[in-house]
Amino acid sequence: MENTNKLTKAQIDELATYCEDAELKQQEIIKVTDKYPEMTYRDAFDVQWEVRRRKVARGHKIVGMKMGLTSWAKMAQMGVEQPCYGYLADYFSVPEGGEIKMDELIHPKIEAEIAFVTKAPLKGPGIHIGDVLRATDFIIPAVEVIDSRYKDFKFDLKSVIADNSSSSRFITGGRMARLEDVDVKNLGVVMEINGEIVATGAGAAVLGHPAASVAMLANMMGERGEEIPAGTFIMTGGITAAVTVNRGDSINIRYQDLGSITAKFV
Amino acid sequence: MNNELIQSCGDELYQAMVNRQAIRPLTERFPNISVEDAYQISLRMLELRLAAGESIIGKKIGVTSKAVQDMLNVHQPDFGYLTDKMAFSQGEEMPISQLLMQPRAEGEIAFILKKDLMGPGVTNADVLAATDCVMPCFEVVDSRIENWEIKIQDTVADNASCGLFILGDQAISPTKVDLATCGMVVEKNGSVISTGAGAAALGSPVNCVAWLANTLGHFGIPLKAGEVILSGSLVPLVPVKAGDHMSLSIGGIGNASVRFV
Repeated sequence: MENTNKLTKAQIDELATYCEDAELKQQEIIKVTDKYPEMTYRDAFDVQWEVRRRKVARGHKIVGMKMGLTSWAKMAQMGVEQPCYGYLADYFSVPEGGEIKMDELIHPKIEAEIAFVTKAPLKGPGIHIGDVLRATDFIIPAVEVIDSRYKDFKFDLKSVIADNSSSSRFITGGRMARLEDVDVKNLGVVMEINGEIVATGAGAAVLGHPAASVAMLANMMGERGEEIPAGTFIMTGGITAAVTVNRGDSINIRYQDLGSITAKFV
Repeated sequence: MNNELIQSCGDELYQAMVNRQAIRPLTERFPNISVEDAYQISLRMLELRLAAGESIIGKKIGVTSKAVQDMLNVHQPDFGYLTDKMAFSQGEEMPISQLLMQPRAEGEIAFILKKDLMGPGVTNADVLAATDCVMPCFEVVDSRIENWEIKIQDTVADNASCGLFILGDQAISPTKVDLATCGMVVEKNGSVISTGAGAAALGSPVNCVAWLANTLGHFGIPLKAGEVILSGSLVPLVPVKAGDHMSLSIGGIGNASVRFV
């Protein structure tokens, strides 16, 4: 992805306010590329990192990272060759078995994912699956609640990146495991909403192997000179399609040999 | 349908299979055909296969995914018979261009029974207790009906659109794997094309086998020790042609691969 800016610092700041207000006030917005068609991927990530900086300045903690658009099919659909990433702020975290408040969101969907927790730093470029496996402490089931702030889900990749890759809430739980004890590529997941099976999938839905997603994250962050520090919680991307949830829904996602995650939308 | 008509429909489907010449849907010509009629037609088709020297080695369950059930507007699966001529081994080429017309591949879990199962009243526990092992499996379905324009009666009459199948080399005890959550990854010509998990088939492949045992129990037919039971696809069907190569892996069970010629 091109590594130059077309927008000024003032324009980046303006879009940061536009995107973060949408998140905090649950306002649907029009995609940022409508406002600035000339903006680059670098600009889009600058918006994301500016919002992140503001959250930290206000006392929030960054508790992890997420990857998005990690299926080859979705990338082809959007005409891109790379996934995207976002950060997880402390208040995104929902306890296992907890409640997710619909009033704080716009039009949430859920995805079943595998999260990696690192024990050594990863800094791209040049990170491959082998580096990721060596740097992984353990894996653990995770459910991501994505909530694009864009009206009617009308967006392009740059707009998604500026919107923190639709990140909004996440739940982690079930049983952690060492990578040598599980077959992550073939690890199955079953998603149920109100007791009905709505989606199934296996690890390979994420870029062929979820560790490939962590490698891509390290390499994409490396383009900005950033590294993934040891101890980072990384959600690797949806194994299932994103499924719409409604107020009152109970979700239960089962993971092969790794237990399950439940939550309720209220 | 009277016996004569049932016999002639069975004959027609058998000839369609042998001559590789698809026919118009039965439901188009006989709108009142019932699912019961359709099973009788499938038995006639089977009778002709047995008369030609084939032998029954198991059964298959179809229409197990919600997507396919919705498409056919039915709320239960169907079944067909497996014969020795349908079975292929790992490493063998599958001659779909010679034997099938409009093949589609699906990934499944096969059950190999060590005890008979006779419905009604067969529970999931009975199925697990009667299962010797589970194996990874590709089923290549085919339809003797033009362009797959099937209603449920068409596919039932056509032996549940059964074609050919190939079992992987691994055989795992059902006590070693969670059959509802085990993941499946299907690759075609080197690309991951779909993933799924056991629960994609009626909530669990075990449910499918129990359904079959109970359904056949009404007709006094048991599932027999030693039979292969294909429990239903965990992923969407994909069209295949000569020259394609496919592989699948199932978490905790193993792999299967097939080369089409």
